[in-house]
Amino acid sequence: MEKVFMKGCEAVAEAAMRAGCRYYAGYPITPQNQVPEYISRKMPKLGGVFMQGESEVASINMIYGAAVGGTRSMITSSSCGLSLMSETIGWLISAELPVVIANFQRGGPGIGDIGPTQQDYFQATKAHSNGGGRMLVMSPGSLQEAIDAVFEAFEKANKYRTPVYIQLDGISGGMMESVMMPDAISDEEVAALKQKAKEEWAVGKMEGRERREIVGGADSGLPLQTLNQKLEAKYLEMEKNEVKYENYLMEDAEYVITAYGIGSRFARAAVNILREEGYKVGMIRPINIYPFPFEAYDAIDYSKVKGILSTEMSIPAQFIHDVQIAVKGRAPVYNYSTSGGVILDAVEIANHAREMMK
Amino acid sequence: MKTVYKKPECIGNKKPNSYCPGCMHSIVVRLVAEVLEELNVVNSSVMFAGVGCDGNGAFGYLDIDTVISPHGRALAVASAYKRCNPENVVFTYQGDGDLIAIGCAETMHAANRGENVTVIFVNNAQYGMTGGQMAPTTLAGMKTTTTPYGRDPKADGAPMHVCEILDTLDNPTFLARGTCTDPKNIIQTKKYIKQAFQNQLEGKGFSLGEIVSACPSNWGLSPLKSIDFINEKMLPEYPLGIVRDR
Ligand SMILES: Cc1ncc(C[n+]2csc(CCOP(=O)(O)OP(=O)(O)O)c2C)c(N)n1
Ligand code: SF4
Ligand SMILES: [Mg+2]
Repeated sequence: MEKVFMKGCEAVAEAAMRAGCRYYAGYPITPQNQVPEYISRKMPKLGGVFMQGESEVASINMIYGAAVGGTRSMITSSSCGLSLMSETIGWLISAELPVVIANFQRGGPGIGDIGPTQQDYFQATKAHSNGGGRMLVMSPGSLQEAIDAVFEAFEKANKYRTPVYIQLDGISGGMMESVMMPDAISDEEVAALKQKAKEEWAVGKMEGRERREIVGGADSGLPLQTLNQKLEAKYLEMEKNEVKYENYLMEDAEYVITAYGIGSRFARAAVNILREEGYKVGMIRPINIYPFPFEAYDAIDYSKVKGILSTEMSIPAQFIHDVQIAVKGRAPVYNYSTSGGVILDAVEIANHAREMMK
Repeated sequence: MKTVYKKPECIGNKKPNSYCPGCMHSIVVRLVAEVLEELNVVNSSVMFAGVGCDGNGAFGYLDIDTVISPHGRALAVASAYKRCNPENVVFTYQGDGDLIAIGCAETMHAANRGENVTVIFVNNAQYGMTGGQMAPTTLAGMKTTTTPYGRDPKADGAPMHVCEILDTLDNPTFLARGTCTDPKNIIQTKKYIKQAFQNQLEGKGFSLGEIVSACPSNWGLSPLKSIDFINEKMLPEYPLGIVRDR
């Protein structure tokens, strides 16, 4: 464990290699270019492989290729880059391959612009590809959480044999914070992880076992309905075990501000401003956005709470849909959101909250 | 009694192939199986099949570890696998739609990087699996289900010559084109396939064997007439032989 002052992109890159990532592929796109740049410098020294794909489509398929052999792999990109990866993300879910995918969100729809947003909420949690597949989606609110999420993402990817998605943003990629960087896992551990995958499911030496086939869909032994039932059981398992959220000053709250990821930092500051003014305001912050923490909103004392302000960096607002489903009409839900690189502002959030509390 | 010919051990044990009668995919897969056995690499080989009759038919019929790649992406998938697992023998098995239409970029760049993999490329001048639509390799004037009046090179593009296109790049090692119309050509094609694998074992880099093949079902021709079509129409456009050998 060492204390370092690092930029978000580089911190994620460093954390991935320390967590045993030995394959990275990606295609340049702002605001995450420092990830491939950093990994291209360091990965060869670790005996791993860095490849710059000729597109995001090629890059995510390279990840598929590394993963089928049991190598810990990660890919990063931003927004429209993730759209290009969509088909193969479905294959990774369906073929049950443990990889880590991180999105440093920029604007949209289309190429949008390069300003930071949270504009890819639906893409990350509902529709990253055809077929309704799901994967664990983490949404760190600080660089420390981002680093911890990278380690955890590889663990969970292995545990559930699924891609795990880390939803970041242009602010997190570019900002610097001081963080505790965990120690690297040893080369022996990295080798043992790959060995275990080879023993259990990866393709490679066939000596002494039946042939294996990996395909993102039905295979010769598994009809699609059976496969989808198996995958659904895994989603339900994740919904049971992987709910993660933070309650901030909720004990006596009469109003709630809810936000996730980078947006929650401004929401927290707004809660602090309002508390100083004597308002009883708390915050609910989903840390994993799939599975969504419905229980956090069920635990609200609706006899006391008179309104909920949902805030995010997306126009139209997207996160608010899950909030509304979670609240089930038990309190009015208000929205304040920004887009196109306009960063949420604590003072503005507080203004909207005061409006709600009038 | 002397055994003159024997089916390779590594095909048809678990599953029959699903190719139509007269489809040359079945010959090509058999040649691949023979070569893997002769080079003693059956247990260390991984096939990265494309999406099409190519991958579908070989899937499970060829009794080796198999990865199906998203349509067109086999060479991106195989490149990464080989880099991470250089001890394995890696080959893609792709059709013309897979390799040079939707997968054009992946093919060009894997070749340009000189990836140490083997490519088996089955050119049957159209999309077999989806019912005979135009491919980049469809001949000028050839009728397909999406060129009902014949392919018009001015509007639909002209036939693409994969070996010759890749020959403009610095890094490919071996590019050759064969066919399976008669025993002589089958033996020659097998030599190309074997060299494409041998090169990989020697670490020589990107090696591609193109096989001009018949799709009797979608061509609307009998298997025998399909062979005539290859000889009379396909081979003048796609001449046989080694395009590059380094
Ligand atoms: C992304 C995507 N687009 C389209 C298809 C439909 N599709 C399946 S096979 C195929 C064409 C196969 O043609 P080719 O690669 O020439 O192989 P052949 O069947 O002729 O051997 C297409 C278009 C698909 N599976 N995935
Ligand atoms: S449709 Fe054509 S390519 Fe496909 S199996 Fe039949 S003959 Fe072969
Ligand atoms: Mg074809």
